[in-house]
Amino acid sequence: MNFFSKLMQLDRRWVYLLLVIVCLTAYYSDFTVPTIVEDETKAIYDFIEALEPGEIIFVAVDYDPSSQAELHPMTYALVEHAFRKDLKVIFTALSQNGPGMVDQAIRDITDSLKLPKTYNGIFYEGKDIVNGIDYTFLGYKPYYAIVITAMGQDYRILFPSDYYGTPLDSIPMMRRVHNYDDIAIVVDISSGSITDAWISYGQGKFDFPLALGLTGVMTAQYYPFLQSKQVMGLMGGLLGAAQYEQLADNPGLAKDGMRVQLPAHLLIILFILIGNVGYLATRYKERKV
Amino acid sequence: MKRQIPLVIVFVFGTLMVIQYFVPHENSEIVKGFLLDWIVIIGIFALALGLWSLVQVSIDKINSRKENWEYPLVTLISLTVMIFFGFTSHAEDASWWGYFLAIAVLLAALWMLAQGLMGNAANRNVKSLSALGLVIVFSLLAIFDGSWEFKFYTAEGLTNQMFVHFFDYIMIPLQATMFALLAFFITSASYRAFRARNLLATLLLISALIVMLRFTPGPWGEYLAKTSSWVMNVPNLAAQRAIVIGIGLGIVATALKVILGIERGYMGKG
Repeated sequence: MNFFSKLMQLDRRWVYLLLVIVCLTAYYSDFTVPTIVEDETKAIYDFIEALEPGEIIFVAVDYDPSSQAELHPMTYALVEHAFRKDLKVIFTALSQNGPGMVDQAIRDITDSLKLPKTYNGIFYEGKDIVNGIDYTFLGYKPYYAIVITAMGQDYRILFPSDYYGTPLDSIPMMRRVHNYDDIAIVVDISSGSITDAWISYGQGKFDFPLALGLTGVMTAQYYPFLQSKQVMGLMGGLLGAAQYEQLADNPGLAKDGMRVQLPAHLLIILFILIGNVGYLATRYKERKV
Repeated sequence: MKRQIPLVIVFVFGTLMVIQYFVPHENSEIVKGFLLDWIVIIGIFALALGLWSLVQVSIDKINSRKENWEYPLVTLISLTVMIFFGFTSHAEDASWWGYFLAIAVLLAALWMLAQGLMGNAANRNVKSLSALGLVIVFSLLAIFDGSWEFKFYTAEGLTNQMFVHFFDYIMIPLQATMFALLAFFITSASYRAFRARNLLATLLLISALIVMLRFTPGPWGEYLAKTSSWVMNVPNLAAQRAIVIGIGLGIVATALKVILGIERGYMGKG
């Protein structure tokens, strides 16, 4: 058995081991991955940046813990940007485990905002983000297509109270807010087919600005909606979140995650190249024989 | 009659919803709201049915000691515990022992009840009586133990420390770990299967490498980013649009077949 044949039959456990070593080494190393910002992400950042204090954005957290590594950094980057700009945020979670994700994100973001910090070149004193004044979490309801359609009429149809049981009419920031006409943008951060419903039943019918934050593997599917202007911006995977952090000059979870993702991707590319060299060499040898 | 009534219901409400979508009138919105309420109500019944089915299948698996019978046991315990945490609140600074004792008694009561309903015929009465006794003990604990209480009408259970901790420290790591394992399979699969066997496969391989390499540092980074952007915005977009239009037409055709009663798979038998 020659070298190339051996290469073709490499035990998969060696591949796993190498990936573990690369990830751990990258995790414990101290370097920064330079990020090139794409227009799709910049469109979302610019939109949020242009909003006036007090305006409301709607963040739909439609993912489960399985996509946390890719999508949580996106939620954190976007929501922190909104709170720094004194915008108000309405959250929903239309996937089963979404409420836990929102709850955790709110706790982490509000805690971090209590500390003084320089964000996008501006020094901010720590501030309290208050439920009902700065944000409202509507919670989860099943059948996302129905929920998205019903919210076009009034949030109160399916969410008479917020996630914590407070009636919407008792929540200061929700008193004059009834449907998508009262918000500046919907940002759907999603790992599944809920995004299709936001495009078809939400943006298609109620014509609000819609931005998407998606897992890396989903991103390619939604470019047609970007070009048709049904979607005004798109963040793809951890890279999209890192681009948002880059724009806000606020390195966080995504930039940190890119340190591991980059070497892991390079290793995968190396394996693909080695696999193909082995394949072509074996094929060449077979033809020669 | 058993087949015709569902067909008529589907035809009437399917047609109504199609027409409603194009009628921006107040009455049309009222009809839609009414029908949406119905869907949610039916969904809640489906949830209850699903829960009952899960309990039945799990208990059957445990009783007959089928392979991996321990997993359904974990499922049932987790289900009960999370529902219990979600509907109760624990007083701050109070002892946790009463709370945990109540959960243990509740689990034992439900187990005995399940055995009484679905277990072997022998000892069925004894188990049912044991379940009744344990339910009484649980009720007494709920009434007299001041460290915790039921919160059926408010959402306090959702902020219950145990409910949040179980999600944060069990659910999230478990699901994240399962998904993280994909990285290993993808790496192994890419090594074995991603081959330039022919022209199309080679094109796919080159496109994938460009898109994956677009964020690598170095002088080529910006050039790759631009090329990647072109790949995503031109060939990818064209192909995706064709797929989206195809899917859209397919959905319309299937919906029409369902409304007109040609497609009857939803009734259980095609």
